[in-house]
Amino acid sequence: MEIRLLVNGEPRNIPGPATLDDLLQHLGLDSRTVVVEHNRSIVRRPRLGEVPLAAGDSVELVHFVGGG
Amino acid sequence: MTGMLSAVETVLDSPLTIAGRSFRSRLMVGTGKYRSNAEMVRAIEASGAEIVTVAVRRVDLDRTKGEGILYHLNPDQFFLLANTAGCYSADEAIRYARLAREAGFNDFVKLEVIGDRESLLPDTEGLLAAARELVRDDFKVLAYTNDDVVTALRLEDVGCAAVMPLASPIGSGLGLLNPYSIRSIKKRLSVPVIVDAGVGTASDACLTMEQGVDGILMNTALAEAKDSAGMAWAMRWAVDAGRAAFLAGRMPRREVAVPSSPTQGMLQQ
Repeated sequence: MEIRLLVNGEPRNIPGPATLDDLLQHLGLDSRTVVVEHNRSIVRRPRLGEVPLAAGDSVELVHFVGGG
Repeated sequence: MTGMLSAVETVLDSPLTIAGRSFRSRLMVGTGKYRSNAEMVRAIEASGAEIVTVAVRRVDLDRTKGEGILYHLNPDQFFLLANTAGCYSADEAIRYARLAREAGFNDFVKLEVIGDRESLLPDTEGLLAAARELVRDDFKVLAYTNDDVVTALRLEDVGCAAVMPLASPIGSGLGLLNPYSIRSIKKRLSVPVIVDAGVGTASDACLTMEQGVDGILMNTALAEAKDSAGMAWAMRWAVDAGRAAFLAGRMPRREVAVPSSPTQGMLQQ
């Protein structure tokens, strides 16, 4: 069963059931280097494995880039 | 005689303290727009800056390897100051600030709420609203603002840890356009005043520090210099020179000439 999500504004399908932690692994991202926002709420690192994803969820994955 | 030679080796100055944290360097630098990461790192090192600003953006999901700034910049070596650049409303800036804090480095934020895409001047109403909310949420807010003493006073009133008036518009390199406003802001505020944006070259930085402000934040002046590290080095001494000159106290300006040599003891004509 695939879950259709909106990740950083783009539609993405991932194999379900899945948590935010699974999503990061699926995308090859290290949870120590990104901050995760799930449906507009920040999810802290220790809780990433506890939050299940549902179809239509919106996830933002951000990090620091160069800026002034 | 050696005593005389060593009399002024260092200027007596207190460290720059923002919300209880002390910094040696009064120069803060951004990390945007460099031609390469290697050049950025060399420039930051040459600048002697401790506070380095970063922006919060989406991870590029298609090529994630090492494109975050922390891949190039050691976070143990610098104090990372996240900005809310690119935010056009209080809500958006608050959202970015919270995401930045979650990265886990500190609870400082350089708050920007921009009001106009062409001038990049701040939306002071949104800025005050965002500052109020972020202070309530225990952030240490450093607010980028106009060179306007009324807004600066209000930002201090709502609890900002520092106020950051511009020298001239972001990325313009026009230098310090209104020394008088910057001086008045510094005179009226108790929190540190850090001039942010507009400095183009070393003399701009020196003149800015001579107004008595606590520090300067710059980015484009370094990133767009032909030799970024060279300009960073120049800025480092310009900030120190301007600070030293301010502390030393300049002579009064006079509209008349006053001879430097004795007028007595001249030979008879």
